Amino acid sequence: MIRQENCKVISQIKLAENIYELTLQGELVHEMKEPGQFVHLKISEGYDPMLRRPISIAEISPDESQFKMIYRAEGRGTALLSEKKPGDYTDVLGPLGNGFPISEAGRGNTALLVGGGIGVPPLYELSNQLVNRGVKVIHVLGFQSAGAVFYEENFARLGETYLATADGSAGTKGFVTDVINRLNIDFDVLYSCGPTPMLKAIENQFPHKKAFLSLEERMGCGIGACFACVCHTGDDPEGFSYKKVCSDGPVFKAGEVVL
Amino acid sequence: MNSLNVSLPGLELKNPIMPASGCFGFGREFSQLYDLSQLGAIMIKATTFEPRFGNPTPRVAETSAGMLNAIGLQNPGLEKVVNEELVWLEQFDVPIIANVAGSQEEDYIEVARKISASPNVHALELNISCPNVKTGGIAFGTIPEIAKNLTKKVKEVSEVPVYVKLSPNVTNIVEMAKAAEGGGADGLTMINTLVGMRIDLKTGNPILANKSGGLSGPAIKPVALRMIYEVSQQVSLPIIGMGGIESAEDVIEYFYAGASAVAVGTANFVDPYVCPKIIGELPELIEKLGYEHISECTGRSWKKLEKTAHYCS
Repeated sequence: MIRQENCKVISQIKLAENIYELTLQGELVHEMKEPGQFVHLKISEGYDPMLRRPISIAEISPDESQFKMIYRAEGRGTALLSEKKPGDYTDVLGPLGNGFPISEAGRGNTALLVGGGIGVPPLYELSNQLVNRGVKVIHVLGFQSAGAVFYEENFARLGETYLATADGSAGTKGFVTDVINRLNIDFDVLYSCGPTPMLKAIENQFPHKKAFLSLEERMGCGIGACFACVCHTGDDPEGFSYKKVCSDGPVFKAGEVVL
Repeated sequence: MNSLNVSLPGLELKNPIMPASGCFGFGREFSQLYDLSQLGAIMIKATTFEPRFGNPTPRVAETSAGMLNAIGLQNPGLEKVVNEELVWLEQFDVPIIANVAGSQEEDYIEVARKISASPNVHALELNISCPNVKTGGIAFGTIPEIAKNLTKKVKEVSEVPVYVKLSPNVTNIVEMAKAAEGGGADGLTMINTLVGMRIDLKTGNPILANKSGGLSGPAIKPVALRMIYEVSQQVSLPIIGMGGIESAEDVIEYFYAGASAVAVGTANFVDPYVCPKIIGELPELIEKLGYEHISECTGRSWKKLEKTAHYCS
């Protein structure tokens, strides 16, 4: 169920260049069901910015009623968010959307988790939950450069972890798909979150594999009412049928929507 | 006593607060959050004869104290709205105001004829002011004679009162209001969004795929207030006011300007509970300001108040 709550800031840690990890505490944590869902944050009390900011959930800790988000301080809203200190409160609406279906990977299966940049965070909770189910996880994570890399060790604790950077300063120089090709990774299910060109490349490369992709789009309300974040469906790419990224997604089966 | 109930043509409202068209879909999403029967009415998303997919994304861009949207009237079309969305809405004790849009006269007439026959549709909102569609839409809302004729034709087929939604993107808003009145409108809703643009510094291109979009939110409240102030003194039609409303204080300001009810738009995206919140806060504010009923506030900014005269004597 969707809730609105003023959540308490527990910690705010700078992980990499402009990348922050924010831990919040609130009862709405107990509504978080799947990895890959997101929350909608009202960061400023005034009009600058006025709209909420959708941010993915990176880790859920129900025992402490806490959850973590990892975000890039890029625009006005996220820059203000990065100034929040422990003890501050922030207005959270969530959890929103449908996440990654972990039941698609069973005990003994291998799941390939592919993340790009600020699309990496939701894969962390996903990986945790998959490992708990007895699934073998392999991570391929893409970043701009070594300075932008975060959570490499956290992922490595859960399974094999490979990096790709655009400038070659960490891991393989190039794209995540270059790493997957070079290592010839075999897997049963693929989960991915990152920039649309990356998702397209993955969808094209594995047309016969079971794959789930998390999309990003500019949002208004975050609950499906404003029709800002719609996309065409794969079976009717030019027609009237549509999916809303916020409330039907953000995770879709590969091919379900037009990227 | 109830200090909020309002009677308007076709509408017996338990309170004068309703979500604005395009900001509330057909109510399904918000029904997960609160009981829609609390609302005075619901202005459902614009309905066209044929289904519309709308514009490419990005469809929204944020601005100072507001937002731009260019959704492009996405909707499932008349048949589905009547047979699915309106039927679903019947479970709630709330009158529906159906927003009617089109790209040509015949579309408006067909939609108005059919949708006005739905049992829970108590009024139509004639959308002659959408800035985000290439044909029709805003042309009907900027040329007085065309607006008057369309209003007249829609009135002829509609089974319920017709409110005309005015565009602020005109030189003379009073002239447009009088055209609607001349066409037989039962009321006005105002204002629709103001045409605007934002540009991405990295790409140098407009942020919206549609390039321009409609500006809404607190940024446009002063424009709406001024227009309602002018129009309410020049025409005798009741006005449902909208533009940046997010508090009980905003509602009273709109009533003072000349509105008889209000719609809440963009604020639903910021605080999805904003409508019930305002409804809850209004009675206390009305009492604090010294009124027994909210309808006493309509036109307060330009009317000679009997009460004031009484106090002076």
